[in-house]
Amino acid sequence: MDELALYVLDITMNSVRAGATEITITIEETDDTILLVISDNGCGMTEAQLSKLSDPFFTTRTTRKVGLGIPFLKMLAEMTGGYVKVESVHESVSEEHGTTTTALFYKNHVDFIPVGNMTDTLVTLINGSPEINFTFIHKMPEGEVNFSSEEIRSILGKDISLAEPEVLAWIRGNIEDQYNEVDN
Amino acid sequence: MKSLEELMAIKNKMQNKVSVRTSAGDIRVVVGMATCGIAAGARPVLNAFVEGVDALGLGDKVQVTQTGCIGICQYEPVVEVYEKDKEKVTYVKMTADKAKEVLEKHIKGGKPVIEYTIGATQL
Repeated sequence: MDELALYVLDITMNSVRAGATEITITIEETDDTILLVISDNGCGMTEAQLSKLSDPFFTTRTTRKVGLGIPFLKMLAEMTGGYVKVESVHESVSEEHGTTTTALFYKNHVDFIPVGNMTDTLVTLINGSPEINFTFIHKMPEGEVNFSSEEIRSILGKDISLAEPEVLAWIRGNIEDQYNEVDN
Repeated sequence: MKSLEELMAIKNKMQNKVSVRTSAGDIRVVVGMATCGIAAGARPVLNAFVEGVDALGLGDKVQVTQTGCIGICQYEPVVEVYEKDKEKVTYVKMTADKAKEVLEKHIKGGKPVIEYTIGATQL
């Protein structure tokens, strides 16, 4: 994967599969670091699952025997001198269950890759799970980009899906406009 | 900037449509979006379908959705097309350009693009 936005898509898919209804993605950029935090209220992981998380031969899926999501993210972060940390509370332990994945990247390191197209990643997530409340905050030294499914839903009402092509086109345009404003 | 007024206008338009619509999605386009799909380039394929359906005005007839890994990772990006009373068509090693062609010829035109299907690919 050649852009950070694809890793964000991949890791957020874990939250979707964990049955989350609320997923928050925050990206905080400084001049030399990127801190990525993806948190959800999904079913969480047991301690046994958590301990096997960076093992590529551990996966809960049944269609193939390898799971590369977290190992890929960890490899990228560590190559730049950063880290990945995963905290999780399983639903059998507490009602306040969910998973938070935190990754730090040094963006000036030669092994870092471009942040890439976060708009495409968000539109893909919303298309796949229009009923989930996604909150997205991307803070850059020059400005900030925000998205909230809840805010859009409060305008559209509950009968219109966020996955309607026209709605997705509006969301794409809105996020692109925000990024363009930061660039100028 | 895309304004909230524009979103309101979409809402008003959609509300009328929703009541007219009989069966949302006569055709279902399903894109594999697990790690294998994403790494192979599924995101631009998905977005090409989403944007193309809007551009061709097929939103009433076609639903673009996602699935996880279906176990043929070496053929990703994989796209499955489900149409009522027809056999499922499985496209493999898709790209955004191939997606546009499938939209035009198959989704809109009704003729599957055989050369991109799993049956026509060298195993």
